[in-house]
Amino acid sequence: MSPVTASLACQALTVRYAGQARPALEGVTMAVPAGAITAVVGPNGSSKSTLVRALLRRVPLDAGDITVQGRPLAAWTPRALAREVAVVPQREEPVMPLLVEEFVALGCHPRRSAFGALAPADRDAVARAMARAGVAWAAARRIDTLSGGEWQRVRIARALAQEAPVLVCDEPTTFLDIAHEMALFELLDELAREGRAVLLVSHQLNLVARFARQLVLLDRGQVAASGTVDEVMRGDILERVYGWPLVVTRDPAVGALALLPLRGRPRGDGW
Amino acid sequence: MTARARAPRWPWLAAAAALAVTLLLALAVGAVPVAPGDLLAALLGRGDAMAVAVVRDLRAPRALLAAVVGAALAMSGGALQGTLRNPLAEPYLLGVSGGAAVGAVLAMAWGAERPATVTAAAFGGAAGATLLVTLLARVAGQRTDTRLLVMAGVVVGAFANAIIMVALADAPPDRLRGALWWMMGSVADATWGAVARAAAALAVLGGALVWWARDLDVLALGEEPAAALGVDVDRTARRLFLTASWLAAATVAAAGLVGFVGLVVPAIARACGARLQRPALLLSALLGAALLVGADVAARTVRAPAELPLGAVTALVGVPFFLHRLRRMTA
Repeated sequence: MSPVTASLACQALTVRYAGQARPALEGVTMAVPAGAITAVVGPNGSSKSTLVRALLRRVPLDAGDITVQGRPLAAWTPRALAREVAVVPQREEPVMPLLVEEFVALGCHPRRSAFGALAPADRDAVARAMARAGVAWAAARRIDTLSGGEWQRVRIARALAQEAPVLVCDEPTTFLDIAHEMALFELLDELAREGRAVLLVSHQLNLVARFARQLVLLDRGQVAASGTVDEVMRGDILERVYGWPLVVTRDPAVGALALLPLRGRPRGDGW
Repeated sequence: MTARARAPRWPWLAAAAALAVTLLLALAVGAVPVAPGDLLAALLGRGDAMAVAVVRDLRAPRALLAAVVGAALAMSGGALQGTLRNPLAEPYLLGVSGGAAVGAVLAMAWGAERPATVTAAAFGGAAGATLLVTLLARVAGQRTDTRLLVMAGVVVGAFANAIIMVALADAPPDRLRGALWWMMGSVADATWGAVARAAAALAVLGGALVWWARDLDVLALGEEPAAALGVDVDRTARRLFLTASWLAAATVAAAGLVGFVGLVVPAIARACGARLQRPALLLSALLGAALLVGADVAARTVRAPAELPLGAVTALVGVPFFLHRLRRMTA
């Protein structure tokens, strides 16, 4: 996948937080093609979320670039970018007691003018987004009354209402139980199959490996390995990056590669 | 079925009725009582000369100034709460009003007499206080931390009060308003000119906030979600914060420091079902106007012929409310 044809790509991207000697991301090159899930994985502190923050321009790019539909990030206005890329950030706490429907409709913000009611097409987009995310029943609920799983789905519904060809989800299944987690991954898989480029940032390596076409393994801000699941899910690579003895096996029941950490004691005292 | 259709209409009718009733009271009640039936004639300059003078030259500008100041403070508070993602944000508690008062007082102490100059100085003071409060809150952590932000605001406000006291210690009472007027607020010496200036500020700055209300909705989601929805977060937050601060500064130039309106009113508006920022700002304007007109009627009738400072009346209402909110937020 050449970076030019990818929906979203990083070329030798380096990002440095002010006052930090070590860059948070260093020389990261990766591509997110349409029609599949690309997953960024890695241990805590590997700067997975920094990648999302850089895409949202909450941290300046130090070197290299992020391109969206082949155009560099700086060439996009914030509104135009939000029409191409929908991002579900990792954390979000509501302070205004909106209804689910009003909250999801904010996904139309990048294409709405300052005044005027929601256009019929936008109303349809909101209804579709809520239906896809399975929260249509909650349309009239207040967002501060939702459970953790409902809240994540409502946030994804807002991103879907953006109707952008690229969807980025940062740890969407944190705090979710197995059923909600699986339902969410299945939804992302469906969305990708329909032609969207999906970038999934996650620490759920075993689950991600069953859904993603490409994996990018980050280790302290650098790409430790990237490629197909078979290329990245290797015991020697993962053991080095995660710093814990482990084995990678093919699960006999579902046929997927799975990482199994071994019992033992941490090496050193750095954990 | 859209959310718009579900939004109840009664709060709007109730707020408009409350404003109408308080305005009528403000015109009719006082040392020279005017019967409701005679009000219209007095406003038009007919009938009893005493009633005409009292209603047209004293009570009407006073009531309208209270209405405009109340509306402006309520909108300012609502916009600050959305921008800072903090339901306790309010121009008085944030020290923004105090900064505006310092600007105005210093300008007058240095000989400025034109209202436009004093208002401009209030805008400068408000901008300075805004900067100071956000810097203080950022040094100690982050601006979204309620306690830090309010603490920074209280510190800046106390500092502002000290400067006002010092600056006005030897002020000639015939030329400058006293420290009490600035620190506790009053619309007692309202003029039609002051009403016009405050109304113009409300139209321009309040109008801008209503214009940007959708950005405010998105900004209230938080920095990263707002950026994800195409809002230029830093620039938009600065623009909204400054506009809301200047709206408060315009009220300070007209009526001194009146606290807690910006805290109480937007919360009531949201509780009435105005959840999105545009209806919330507009309903807050109506409710804020009614609240402050009512508070001013109370200020000049409760212990008549003595007058209570307007800011004292709003604080008596606002402080218990603040404690209630704080308790609910930190519980």
